[in-house]
Parts: sequence; structure tokens; C-alpha cells
Amino acid sequence: MTEAVSVRDLAKRFGATTALAGMTWAARHGQVTAVLGPNGAGKTTTIECAEGLQRPDSGEIRVLGTDPWQAGPDHRACVGVMLQDGGLPNSSRPVRLLRHLAAFHQSPADVDTLVDRLGIGAFSGTTIRRLSGGQKQRVALAAALVGRPEVVFLDEPTAGLDPHARLDVWDLVRETRDSGCAVIVTTHSFEEAQRLADHIVIVNRGRVVGQGGLAELTGERSLEDVYFSLTREAAR
Amino acid sequence: MKFFSTNTASTNTASTNTASTNRAAPARDRILAQARFETVTLLRNGEQLLVALVLPAMALVGLVLSHSPSLGPGRRVDLAVPGVLALAVISTAFTGQAISTAFDRRYGVLRLLGVSPLGRNGLLVAKALAVLTIELLQGVVIGGLGLALGWHPQWMGLFAGGLLALVGTWMFVALAVLLAGTLRAEGVLALANLIWVTLLGLGGVIIPRTQMPSGLSHVAALLPSGALGDGLREAFMHGRLAGIPLLVLVVWGAVATALASRTFRWSD
Repeated sequence: MTEAVSVRDLAKRFGATTALAGMTWAARHGQVTAVLGPNGAGKTTTIECAEGLQRPDSGEIRVLGTDPWQAGPDHRACVGVMLQDGGLPNSSRPVRLLRHLAAFHQSPADVDTLVDRLGIGAFSGTTIRRLSGGQKQRVALAAALVGRPEVVFLDEPTAGLDPHARLDVWDLVRETRDSGCAVIVTTHSFEEAQRLADHIVIVNRGRVVGQGGLAELTGERSLEDVYFSLTREAAR
Repeated sequence: MKFFSTNTASTNTASTNTASTNRAAPARDRILAQARFETVTLLRNGEQLLVALVLPAMALVGLVLSHSPSLGPGRRVDLAVPGVLALAVISTAFTGQAISTAFDRRYGVLRLLGVSPLGRNGLLVAKALAVLTIELLQGVVIGGLGLALGWHPQWMGLFAGGLLALVGTWMFVALAVLLAGTLRAEGVLALANLIWVTLLGLGGVIIPRTQMPSGLSHVAALLPSGALGDGLREAFMHGRLAGIPLLVLVVWGAVATALASRTFRWSD
């Protein structure tokens, strides 16, 4: 199986703060990779390097075999992004925005189907500014998927969603994976990682402290146990 | 209903970004789509429309129908229209862009569009096109209103006026981006409006510099607002391209562009 994303020995500092200190992991096509870790562990910085929003100080990162830093439009067309802060223009309405984003692609997903699947139709006439957190979240997810990406980065895709919406999102994420897409999810939710992920990467203090499939990683223990032992011990 | 239907085969084997189903739309289409999106968004925004069209139109009618403030020697309407056109350029290229770009940065819109197939350069070109489209609309509305009020422009000056408006637009957008890329969104909102009002009152835009105290007049001559106002009046009243105002705009534009490209931050 091919590696859709490979992160090798990534390092990045912001002034005196070390954000990444030799981060190494990979994500494959047709798998959901969950990146778990405490706040400040380097999840978002790594994802932003993979999206081409930041440039690492050293190390190597490849997304679909390409260095994402200043990669061209055809590369960006293959990579879907859902940002933590949404990135949606406040004064636009969901469906108009999604149709607009679809126009950047040669063969986008069907916007109506996407709107239907994520229940966006119920608030399609409301401006982004007036949407609830969960509604914005669903529009942001649709925006990430509208280009039918080969790799998609989802930053806490179900944060703030009610249980029903969360199941809808998980179904869509699984379906995206089953189409062959590499799905990279950052999350704080053990339940999300357990239910969704084919591969789990636990990060702490800018490096990977444990990774593998759920069974491989946890053995007889719970994911929560393993997570705390890895991230607390490493912190001491 | 599966929404992923056709790209299964191609993505499973794709190790590079060459899958045929998954390419970006052509650059021209992406940029035009974004320019259209931005233009419609601006036109649907009530406050923007007020600042871009309603206030300049009201200013024009007010200036033409009243006798004060003094606009200097010449027909009042001929003095007023170029000044209001300069005001319209400042509203759209500076105030409007500073505020919208600052909030787009705050809400991560610039980052999201930067990683979309549109990209950062595409976004910049699209924004420029949107600004020029709105300015064209402003020109038609204000010019038309002016003609209805008896404006007699020197049509010879249309080329000079267009050139000054273009250079002025570049200069004011660069200044807008400089503010929007470095300050907090709320700060930009306050400052951009404050600068607009200050330039309107004291910047030699609507009230020609000849009608201002000499100290202030010399300062306004070196401001981009005064240069644009002077240049447009010279163009439409005398059909001439005024060299010094053009030079002032170019210098400001070069400095603002250099500073903006060094300091602009795409994320908050």
C-alpha cells in the first residue's frame, strides 16, 4: 500500500518554543489515521506543515509524493482541508459557498448530495455568521470534501457536534476512506479514535510516543490508559 | 447514495497527484470565480454598498446643490465629480479591502483559500479584479449622476483619469493589505474608518487643496488622497495628466507594497 502522507524527522521552533522535535509518522490511502495528543503536542503544526501553511525547520514531509510547501494548484486540488477555525467567510451562505469552492475543481463532488448527507439543507439560507458551532463544523467538513480529495486533513471534525451529527460525520468519513482517500483526523476524543481510526498516532511534546492499529497499540488495555501512560510519562 | 462514486480506482493506486479525475480547474476559471464571489459578496453587504455608492452619491448631490464648502474657482459640479470619484476609489480600494481582508484573515478564510486550488496569488488577483469591477460600477453611477447634474468633463482627460484611478487603486489596496495583514481585525475596522473620514475632511479629496490653509495644503499634496483628488480634477477639468500627483501615488504605492509584502501574515 502506498503512503499518502509521510512525515520524517520533522522539527519546527517558534522562538524559544519547540513545536516539533523529530516527528515521524505516515498515513496510507484507504485508511483513517487519527493523531491524538494533548494541546501543544504539535498536532496542528504538523498538519499545517502537511497542508503547506507552514514550512518545517528541518526534516521531510511528503503529501502524495510532493513537498506541500508552495506546491501547485493540481496538488492542492487533491488535498482537502478542514481547519480548526473553519476558514469560512462570515457573510456567505453555505450552499453558495460550497458551489463556489467546487468551481476551483475540474470534477468536484456533487454539492447537493454533500449538502444532503451532512444535513446542511436545513440551514442553507443562513449566513455562516449566524450558524451554530456544529453547523459551521458540517459546512467546513463539506468544504474539505467538495474537491473529492485523495488526502483529507480534518482538524477535530466532530468537536461540538451532537451525537446524531457525529454519527453522520463518522459515516461520511468512513465512506471517504472506503473510496481510497487517506483521511487524517486530529482529535481529543478516544471514542472517535477507537471507532474511526485504522491507524492511531499518539504525539507528545513534538514527537510520536506511540503508534499502530488499535489492537496493536493497546493490547489488553484501554486506549485511554495507554494514552495517559504515554503522554504523562513522557511529560515527566 | 454514495457521493464518492468514480474515483475509487484512481485513488487506490495514486501515489502522486496525477489522477486524472482530480485536477484543479484552469487558473482563469478559478480567479474569475473568486472575483465574482467577492464582488457579489461586497455588493450584498449593506455597509459596503453604503460606503461605496450611497455616501459618495449623496456627497455629490449635496456638493452640487449647496454653496459651501467652497470648492474654488470653476463650475461647482466640474470640481465636485472628480473629487467624489477619488473618494469612491478610496472607499473601495482602501476602507472596504482593509476591513474585509482583516476579517478574512481573522476567520481563517485566507488560509483556507490559500490551500485551495485558488492559492494565494490567485486570491490576490481575484481581489484586484473585484475591486476594479466595483470601481467601474461606482464610476458609471457617479459619472452618470454627475452628467445628470450638469457635469462637463474634458473627455480628453479620460485616459489620464483612468490611469490615475488605476495607480491610486494599486496604492490604496497595498495600504489596505498593509493594515489588514498586521493589525487585529477590530483595530483595522476602527483605523480604516478613521483614516477614511480624516482623508475625506483634510486629505484634499473632495475639497481641493486650494481651499485649505497653506500648511495643510502642502501636507495634503504629498498624501495619496490629495494626489488622487488633484490628479482627477486636473484630468477631467483640463484634460491633462498631472505628473506630480502621479509620482506621489507611485512612491506611496511602492513603499506600501514593499512593506506589505514583508509584513503580511496570512493567519491571525
